[in-house]
Formats: sequence, C-alpha cells, structure tokens
Amino acid sequence: MTTTPIVEARAIHKHFGHLHVLKGVDLRVAEKELVFLIGPSGSGKSTLLRCLNRLEDPSSGSVMVDGIDMLDARTDINKARQRIGMVFQSFNLYPHMTALGNVALALRKVQGMGKAEAEARAGKALDRVHLGDRADHYPLQLSGGQQQRVAIARAIALEPRVMLFDEPTSALDPELVGGVLAVMRELREDGMTMVVVSHEMGFAKAAADRVVFMADGMIVEEGNPADFFDAPKHERTRNFIRQIERH
Amino acid sequence: MDMFLETFFNWQIIEEAWPILWQGLQATLLLSLLVVPLGIAGGIMIAVLSTFHAPWVKWPLCVYVDTFRALPPLVLLIFIFAGLPFVGIDVGPWGAVAIGFFLNTGAYYGEILRAGIESVPRGQLEAARSTGLTRGQTMAHVVLPQAVRNVLPDLISNTLEVVKLTSIASVVALPELLFQARQAQSVTYNATPIMAAAVVYFILLWPVVRVLSRLENRQLAGRR
Repeated sequence: MTTTPIVEARAIHKHFGHLHVLKGVDLRVAEKELVFLIGPSGSGKSTLLRCLNRLEDPSSGSVMVDGIDMLDARTDINKARQRIGMVFQSFNLYPHMTALGNVALALRKVQGMGKAEAEARAGKALDRVHLGDRADHYPLQLSGGQQQRVAIARAIALEPRVMLFDEPTSALDPELVGGVLAVMRELREDGMTMVVVSHEMGFAKAAADRVVFMADGMIVEEGNPADFFDAPKHERTRNFIRQIERH
Repeated sequence: MDMFLETFFNWQIIEEAWPILWQGLQATLLLSLLVVPLGIAGGIMIAVLSTFHAPWVKWPLCVYVDTFRALPPLVLLIFIFAGLPFVGIDVGPWGAVAIGFFLNTGAYYGEILRAGIESVPRGQLEAARSTGLTRGQTMAHVVLPQAVRNVLPDLISNTLEVVKLTSIASVVALPELLFQARQAQSVTYNATPIMAAAVVYFILLWPVVRVLSRLENRQLAGRR
C-alpha cells in the first residue's frame, strides 16, 4: 500500500515506573486497513493502542493520526480525539444515561450540536449497530453485547477516521460475541480504518488485512493473516498460535 | 406529673410563644437555604480540586480540609464575626455565617463528594475523554452525576447535620429557632418553648430522615 498512513506511530517507548512496557514500537495503518494486534497479556498491545489517542502518554516516540501530531503540545487533543473512536473491553457506557444519551453526549458537548440534531445523529448511529429500537434503554437494561454495540455507536457517531478496539469481546458471554463481530465487520465493509486488539482469531483470519504479533513490548512479526497463521516465522509466534488454537 | 406537663408541654405557653418561635423557624429555614447550597458548592470545588494530583494543589487542599474539619464551627464563627473586624474585615452576622459554613460544611461535603468521585470507575473517564470531552465536561456530565448518586445517603445525612448546626448562628445574634425558643423560655420561666422547638425540628427533618433510610436500605439491597 502506497497511500499515506492514517496512523503512524514511530519508536514508541512507554515506561510505567520501572516497567518498560513498550520498547520502540512502529505501527503504520493505511486508510481502510484493518490491523489486528495480538500477543500474550502484558505484551503491551493495549498500551500501544492507548498511546494512539493519548489515553497514555508515550515516554518517547511520535504519533501521527490523520496528519495530526498527537504528541505536540500545541495540538488540541480533544479535537484530535474526535477523529479516533475507541471501544473498550468493559464497554464503559455512562450508566446514568440512556443508549441515545450515551451516543448524543459528545455530539452535543464536543461538536456543539443542538439537542434535536444530536439525537437524530445518535439515532442513526444506533441504527447502524441495529439498536435503533433500544434508544431509550439504560445500559443496565441491555445485554453485554448490546452495551458494546451502543459503545461502538457512541464512537462512530463522531465520524472518526480510525477506530480503536481494545479487546471488545473479551468481557462478553460467548453467545453475544457474534453480534459485536458482525457490527465490526459491517464497519469494515463501509471502509472504516480499524486497529483491533483481540483474541478472536477466527475474526482475524476472516477480516484482518494484517496481523501484528507483539511480545515483551516489541513487534515480533507481522503479515497478512494467511501467511501469519499458516507459516509463522518466529518460534514465539508459533508457540502463541499453538496455545490459542488449543482452545 | 401535672408539674411535668405544665413545665414541658404547656399549651398556653405555646400559644403565647408561637410568634417568637415562628420568627425563629423562618430564620432557621432561611439559614438552611443559605448554608446548604454554599456548603455543597464549596464541597464540589474541593472534590474537583482533589482530582488534581499536582503537589501545589494537593497539599494546600489537604491543610484546608483538615483545618476546617478539625476547627469547631462555633469557634470559627465567633472568630469571623468578632475577630476579623479587628483587622478591618466586618462581614456582619449573615456574612459570618455564610463564610463560616462555606469553610466548615464545605470541607465535609468535599470529603463525601471526593469519595463519590473515587467510586466512579476510571473507564468512565477514559470513555468520555476518548470522545473528545474536556476534563471539565467529563467531570460535569459523566463523573459528578454518578459520584453524587453513589454517595447520596451521606450527602443527605450531612445536610441533616448542617440544618441542625444552623443553631450556632445564635452566637452572632441571628435569632434562629433554638435561640428564639430559649428567649421564650427565659421570659415564661417554662421549658415548653424548647420542647416546641424540638417538635418543629422533628417535623422539619423527619421526612428527610425517612427518605434517607429508604435510600440506605435500597443501597444495602443493591449490594447483595
């Protein structure tokens, strides 16, 4: 791919006290690409994801997203974050607001829409995750899978240029995973650029353009899913794939 | 027995003292309407400041909260009312009450709200910030509403204490309910006005106490 990348992280280091969590990671994501980040727990994949929208501040390195230097002190980080949607393992829906309220909040407060306009946009975002009929439900009245789809709607309503998924299905009962993955696949078909941290290997094989394997804060190996899963080059990758496929 | 009833529950005395008590009740209500919102405002300020971890915010705040929680509110009030005029600051009785309660009850409300803010999971904040909400917007729309809900029983409980504490306003010559009752007592040589004041307090606060119990029971049920 020759297009300029939407996400370009270079030489990212991250220290938590004495812990060296990221040890010089480079990640480029092209437009409309779906990149899958996998690796054992503690490998730094979630931290890398969180460095991209600066929920974590990298200790050093550079992060460009859609042409914006995320680490520049002059960058309006709140403006930049609207271009980067994020979905969390634990959904993190606001429990005191309805599904519609969850999606509309940033539209109103960040993008400055009026109530009616924001709710119309929020309604459309909920339709895209097939929950238009649950708009007035509170998070506690929804299943985990539905909550996660509302969380996706909350992010895509802002029309981001890239979506980050941090283990979006790890907290879900198995029978609810499919609905969330289906929505993610539709997003992909609509041309959304996505970076996904997940252990859903079936989904990676079927939908990813590229799989990136991390271990000990470094990228060990990357490639298209077919090569990556069928002919991994590194011993560590082989071990990891063997372990997860045993399940 | 007759003597007891005559001294403590004398209807005739109530009728005579009622105009004075009524004035006191009005003052108490007015005081409460002044100091409760002031205290809550001070509390929100303290609680929000406590989320900043910079040492130059943290330590002054710690000293502030500790000081005004440890200092007896009565002493604080007398100092503001009678002491500050010596350095040229004369705020009058209402001003003294407003400042004193802002400092004292603000510190208490602040600690309660701080616990509430800390009870809101970090993921809530991250989700809000990831959509581009500023720190202030996140606090106002996402964190504080949940924080208040989580500590509502404690907030109401503290409010009950604050309303009862308004009786100390009498030391700066504000004729609140208990002060008026004592005045009536000294004029009539009878304890009935004090008992009447207690009944008025009870009627005033009992509905709030009921609401509080229901909330507490619901929270206990929710934890099971």
